Amino acid sequence: MNVALFATCLGDQLSPDAVHATVTVLERAGCNVTFDPRQTCCGQPAFNSGFWQEAREVARHFLDVFGDAEAIVAPSGSCTAMVHRFPDLFRDEPEMRERAEQVAHKTFELATFLVRELKVTDLGAKFAGRVGWHDACHGLRELGVKQEPRQLLSKVEGLELVEMKTCESCCGFGGTFSVKTPEISTAMLDHKLDELAMTPIDVLAAVDSSCLMQIRGRLERRGSPVRTMHLAEILASQ
Amino acid sequence: MTGTPHSRHANAFHAQANDALQDATLKKALRNATDLFAERRSAAIDAVPDWEALRDHARKVKDATVARLDHYIEQFADNAEKAGATVHWARDAKEACAIVTKLAEDRGAKRLVKSKSMATEEIHLNKALAERAREPVETDLGEWIIQLAGETPSHIIVPAIHMTRDAIGQLFVDKLGIPPSNEPKTLAAHARKRLRDHFAKADLGISGVNFGVAETGSILILENEGNVRMTTSMPKVHVAVMGIERVIPRFADLEVFLRLLPRSGTGQHLTTYQSILTGTDNQAKSAMGQGPEEMHIVLLDNGRSKIAVDEKMRETLACIRCGACLNACPVYQTIGGHAYGSVYPGPIGAILTPQLAGMHEAKPLPFASTLCGACKDVCPVKIDIPSLLLELRQRAVEGDGKQAPAKRGFFELLTWRMWSWFMRNPTRYRFATALARLGQRLPLLQKTMPPMAAWHSTRELPKLAKKSFRDTYRKAKKESNG
Repeated sequence: MNVALFATCLGDQLSPDAVHATVTVLERAGCNVTFDPRQTCCGQPAFNSGFWQEAREVARHFLDVFGDAEAIVAPSGSCTAMVHRFPDLFRDEPEMRERAEQVAHKTFELATFLVRELKVTDLGAKFAGRVGWHDACHGLRELGVKQEPRQLLSKVEGLELVEMKTCESCCGFGGTFSVKTPEISTAMLDHKLDELAMTPIDVLAAVDSSCLMQIRGRLERRGSPVRTMHLAEILASQ
Repeated sequence: MTGTPHSRHANAFHAQANDALQDATLKKALRNATDLFAERRSAAIDAVPDWEALRDHARKVKDATVARLDHYIEQFADNAEKAGATVHWARDAKEACAIVTKLAEDRGAKRLVKSKSMATEEIHLNKALAERAREPVETDLGEWIIQLAGETPSHIIVPAIHMTRDAIGQLFVDKLGIPPSNEPKTLAAHARKRLRDHFAKADLGISGVNFGVAETGSILILENEGNVRMTTSMPKVHVAVMGIERVIPRFADLEVFLRLLPRSGTGQHLTTYQSILTGTDNQAKSAMGQGPEEMHIVLLDNGRSKIAVDEKMRETLACIRCGACLNACPVYQTIGGHAYGSVYPGPIGAILTPQLAGMHEAKPLPFASTLCGACKDVCPVKIDIPSLLLELRQRAVEGDGKQAPAKRGFFELLTWRMWSWFMRNPTRYRFATALARLGQRLPLLQKTMPPMAAWHSTRELPKLAKKSFRDTYRKAKKESNG
């Protein structure tokens, strides 16, 4: 299958390794991956802040870049969920709305794309360590990503998946929420990280670079030995 | 907590939230209580095989009712009057308070009792009655504790959720002069004794309404303490304050809502008491001659009819006030209800308050969320709270066509305009990210510039990769092809 990779702006700029790993994983699953360097961002930061006009222009660019793709895959549930909201953004422009609906329909988050669309769970990965999983909110509640990453991780040789009680608790990032209300944002995350004292893991993994950025920043501040990793990085390990 | 209970304001959300975060006792009380309610809720709904179907059914009933709210509320009023109740229409809080105050004054009622009601909190009825020397005694245990403490409720179902039993024990020692105790049973016994006395002497009882049935004119009130029973039956006059969106078309609809509400709110299969009250005729005619001589129903609009005709926001009115979204919300769990500075806190408060009070009165609330969606998951009537929050954010920033945008600062607008300009063109995107890389070499700048300084106050700053994916991808491709 021909896959147009949406690296996401955070992936592109902050965690290129995770995006490279995404390419590796998709290729191992038999996809022909292309990366269109005209791509930028999905527009979510402005959209979530109420600046829909500004978000709409960025979304328009996204639709220009990806309009003709066969399938679009992003290593992020949150950015994928945003693309799924494009029709709302263009509710007053019927033509664009229709185009947005078509694109939304063929835009997938990595784990669900592998498991639901390609029916692949075993990617021949090897990774030694105890891994806790963070169910990122938008993937979990807007796209229904729950079992898919677990199915993928369960096939990784040497990996011990440790279920955390707080796996579905929000990390507190929330885009600009994290800098407008840093104290609440961090207190929310601490509730999650406090569980690490009772649940020993080596790696806290997720499929969203945004949550991982928030979690990593706090783990480092707390001096925790726990590392963060993107799902793709684990699946690409051999 | 910032200021006195009555000086809190939704627009002071940030300061109030930061105060709440400093309070270790509050943190513990909140976490324990919200976790407990969430666990009980899960256990209660696990026992219902058709939970999803129930939610869908309830939502359909609510949508159909709100779509013809004028019809159903008039039908309700007609039937309530036929059954012997007197119906009053209140456009806003002021009118509603005036109606209740006049009812009390005309009857010379001085000793008032009241059961728990968010609608009366919304209109600040106690304050209005107190100004005429008729402050009602709250009879719900939690509400009574709050009243004794001179506080306001911090949860719509569990008003004293922010208080520990130690704090309540101390309050009783201070205000009632009881011997020191923190035993819930002992404290409840003291409360019961005091409250019985108030019930016996009361000449007017005020209640809220959970559901009003249009086809019969009946009202249903749910409770666990028996205080609603006494408030609505012992005094000669009963006044019920009902938001107009509480109406449901048919008596049979109660069946579905009775299965949803207690399970979602407190995790009970059913509340201990369910009072269905239909006018006064039945009471007068019954052999016992029990019940109040007069029943008044105050139908409160206070912004609801405006929401009912707002196509994108009208699902707000489907809310049955169960409080499940508060218990599930990680923001509410962290800061509690008082931080919101509004009568309705948590996710439902964040969408309801800006609509009832006006966006200018609750600017921060639609933004007081990470849009995690936990509220939507637990809502028994499937209100899409995250989408409504997004809609309100858009209106706050871009206006709603009628009012000037409440939250559109020049600097913020400029920032997003620039952001959009850079982000919708790959060349400009590259330029902006190159600039950010340069900025990253200046740690001092990073730690003092507003958004990054805020991040750095609690977390290490993320580092931009030395080379972006797009810069390394082409190279990697070339190598693998060459």
